[in-house]
Amino acid sequence: MNIIEVEHFSLSYSDGTEGLRDITMGIPANQITVMLGPAGGGKSTLMRAINRLNDLADVISMNGRITVDGLDVNDPKTNLVELRRKVGMVFARPVPLPLSIRQNITYGLEVAGVTDKTILAEVVEKTLRDAVLWDEVYDRLNDPGVALSGGQQQRLCIARTLALDPKVILLDEPTSGLDPISTAKIEDSLQMLKQRYTIVLAPHSVQQASRTADFAAFFLQGELIETADGKDLFTRPKDKRTQDYVEGRFG
Amino acid sequence: MKEQTPLSERIITRSIQVAGYSSIVFVLLILSFLIREGAPAFFEVPLKELTAIRWYPIENYFGILPLILGSLIVTIGAALIAIPAGVGTAIFISEVAPQWLKEILKPLVEVLAGFPSVMLGFLGILIVSPSLRKLLELPTGLTALTGALLLAGIAIPTIVSISEDAMNTVPRSYREAGWAVGATRWQTIWGVTLPAARSGVLMAIILGVGRSIGETMTVMMVTGNAPVLPLKWNSLFSPVRTMTATIASEMGEVATGSTHYHVLFLIGIILFLISLAVNITASAIVLRHPKRAERILS
Ligand SMILES: Nc1ncnc2c1ncn2[C@@H]1O[C@H](COP(=O)(O)OP(=O)(O)O)[C@@H](O)[C@H]1O
Ligand SMILES: [Mg+2]
Repeated sequence: MNIIEVEHFSLSYSDGTEGLRDITMGIPANQITVMLGPAGGGKSTLMRAINRLNDLADVISMNGRITVDGLDVNDPKTNLVELRRKVGMVFARPVPLPLSIRQNITYGLEVAGVTDKTILAEVVEKTLRDAVLWDEVYDRLNDPGVALSGGQQQRLCIARTLALDPKVILLDEPTSGLDPISTAKIEDSLQMLKQRYTIVLAPHSVQQASRTADFAAFFLQGELIETADGKDLFTRPKDKRTQDYVEGRFG
Repeated sequence: MKEQTPLSERIITRSIQVAGYSSIVFVLLILSFLIREGAPAFFEVPLKELTAIRWYPIENYFGILPLILGSLIVTIGAALIAIPAGVGTAIFISEVAPQWLKEILKPLVEVLAGFPSVMLGFLGILIVSPSLRKLLELPTGLTALTGALLLAGIAIPTIVSISEDAMNTVPRSYREAGWAVGATRWQTIWGVTLPAARSGVLMAIILGVGRSIGETMTVMMVTGNAPVLPLKWNSLFSPVRTMTATIASEMGEVATGSTHYHVLFLIGIILFLISLAVNITASAIVLRHPKRAERILS
């Protein structure tokens, strides 16, 4: 069952760059979908189109359709705040909000109107455990989020996203700046989280892609070259360009 | 490597050192001069009289309390107007206005920040004061409120300019992070962007309000210059006299070495201490989290 459908979607930036060209793909629920490909392929652009974060960038035109749970994200009637609660996002560079560790997690709930202290405390503990961070921070929840190490910050950002109980979590190269141990922790937590959430991951390496993928899509210069279930994209690529990439011959 | 430093480098280093040290020396010279001229006031006028509520030097009444309170009420009034207006404008320019409007507003604000305060005083006398008098049906338009309004006008461009810079250095990823957790545009500004720019915005407020504390010309022109104790609720709508205005208007006529002269310098010392305190607070705030600032900017 696909939770996200991308249909003939194209996007151009105001400087003339075609970020995406006629992309059609479905993203299956409760799996890890990996979007891979060399830099500039359009992975970030597609992710940011799904939760409409591109609204902040200079996008000049969009065509086609993206639906999340049947909801057309580009419909003018779409409530962006609701959409972004449903589709959480974790960025390549961890960006803790300028708040304490605890507030980083509760902020999204508080702006959504949740004030009950016990609920908030439960969410803080649960999401920090899910993000494999609780043991490292439980005794200093009031420290500023920026005081954590890079790997911890990134897990805090994952916990923050989980706190909103989204349907989908987009992770754009979430481990690109991290050490192997933090990376392994995050990959582990993703395996656990996919039971409850749909996960879309732009990996920072082909190795990470093949380790984590349940479903994989290969992007090259704004085009979707091919998609495949499981590890097929890495073991039996159909397209020559995909094969070159996964075998490390370019990118 | 060190002994190979070329001569020109050494000359530059030296001159910068000299410039740096001389500014310290100048401040100390000013302070010692102020103390030399102001300290005798303590021996010539009993402390009780200095802290009295009547300023009438011709008959030897040297109560400086009305002047201090006059400065306070005008400055606090100015701060209460300038902080929300200044930070609000900075938010508008940095977060809301479209690019072309930004490019017009930003230089405009910089120009306003350099606007001569005498001109502002003129505007005050010609426009603000008469309209206030009519609007509030006051006996005179030269009041503490008029002064506060115009001082706010002096502080606002500084506050806008510096806080806008601070908000501009907040990376876009911070705003995106706010949006991504479902905060609205305004919630993101209030909960993410502004806190991230906090130290810069505080600095802007302190510098802007600090500018208005030391401001002389405007307040002298528009506050009515009456050294009465502004304690009642309606003091805002009656004339006051500030410390700076007192020094400026009386220093010219006073006999050098007289008691009056010494007391005027004492007022100068008080002003000096206030602006020193303001500046120390400012640097303390800005230097408090150097690491955090580094992380944000890196
Ligand atoms: N804000 C932007 N303005 C203009 N062009 C952009 C912008 N963001 C991305 N692009 C361009 O869009 C293309 C796709 O980029 P991106 O989605 O970041 O790819 P990826 O994440 O796969 O590396 C690239 O050519 C990139 O230069
Ligand atoms: Mg990218």
